[in-house]
Amino acid sequence: MHHIKPGDWMIFLAGTIFTLWLANSVWHGGSADKAIIRSGGKIFRELPLSHDLVLEVPGPLGYSKIAIHNHQARIASDPSPRQYCVRQGWLKQAGEVAICLPNQVSLELTGNNKRYDSLNY
Amino acid sequence: MKTASPHQTHPSIPDPRSRILLQASSEDHHIARMAALALGLSVLEAAIPSPLPGVKPGLANIVILIVLYRYGWRTAAWVSLLRVLAGGLLMGSFLSPGFFLGLSGALCSLAILAVSQHLPQRWFGAVTHSILAAFAHIAGQLLLVYFWLIPHAGLAYLLPIFATAALVFGTVNGLISARFIPDKPLEQTPPSLPLSGEERDFLSP
Repeated sequence: MHHIKPGDWMIFLAGTIFTLWLANSVWHGGSADKAIIRSGGKIFRELPLSHDLVLEVPGPLGYSKIAIHNHQARIASDPSPRQYCVRQGWLKQAGEVAICLPNQVSLELTGNNKRYDSLNY
Repeated sequence: MKTASPHQTHPSIPDPRSRILLQASSEDHHIARMAALALGLSVLEAAIPSPLPGVKPGLANIVILIVLYRYGWRTAAWVSLLRVLAGGLLMGSFLSPGFFLGLSGALCSLAILAVSQHLPQRWFGAVTHSILAAFAHIAGQLLLVYFWLIPHAGLAYLLPIFATAALVFGTVNGLISARFIPDKPLEQTPPSLPLSGEERDFLSP
């Protein structure tokens, strides 16, 4: 196949990589890139999901621990009686919310698409 | 005895004010012949159903790549734009959105070829030019669609599909073109188009 020169393989590879990168960045399916933590109704912190960390959020009942790991976030521990927000587990998609009503702490993931126009609680 | 009528004009000299004479050179004939070949391929391609509007194999580009190699960029530009124009007239889509999409694609791919034709031929063959031209083609088309027809960010979701089509069809067309291109390196100045009487088979190496 002497019609195909070395540079052709290079360009073909570059084209393939470009196409795959395009597919990955455009078709990411609503994944989230930021976590918004609210305490007492006001935004306490906005954190990117790119770095793993653990954060303690103060509330009336005590501290809620929020963990970010592997582009996901969850409420790791919370001083509420029924632990609903902890039982929700890892949040991944944009628009997902975990709310600890007794401690007035909420964790929301945001991305390109806005799932709800506004949430009041 | 016949007497000449006073209103009878001389029969063999045409009145220069009554018609326009376009003298077609043999170079024009050659370009027209190649454009007709490209046109035939695009008519053939119109019979192939396409899953998505705008995703086409682009078979006529095979001819344009061969012309680029043999006769240079200016001739290839003539053939390409003639094909778009005549194809629009033939399909009845002249001046329709589809026609302008084809035109913008052709112009962008010609622009890229004007640059990429200077790449060293030892390393870069027809496949390179075909892939680059294909990506430039879809880029030109998508830009026109975004700025004129569908100014919506949702167009981005179609990008990977068009990019894949450009990659696949660009490679296939490049491979087919390479089959018809002589392996010896092209001289710096492309060979001149055949003079009249020197009929050369377009596809022979």
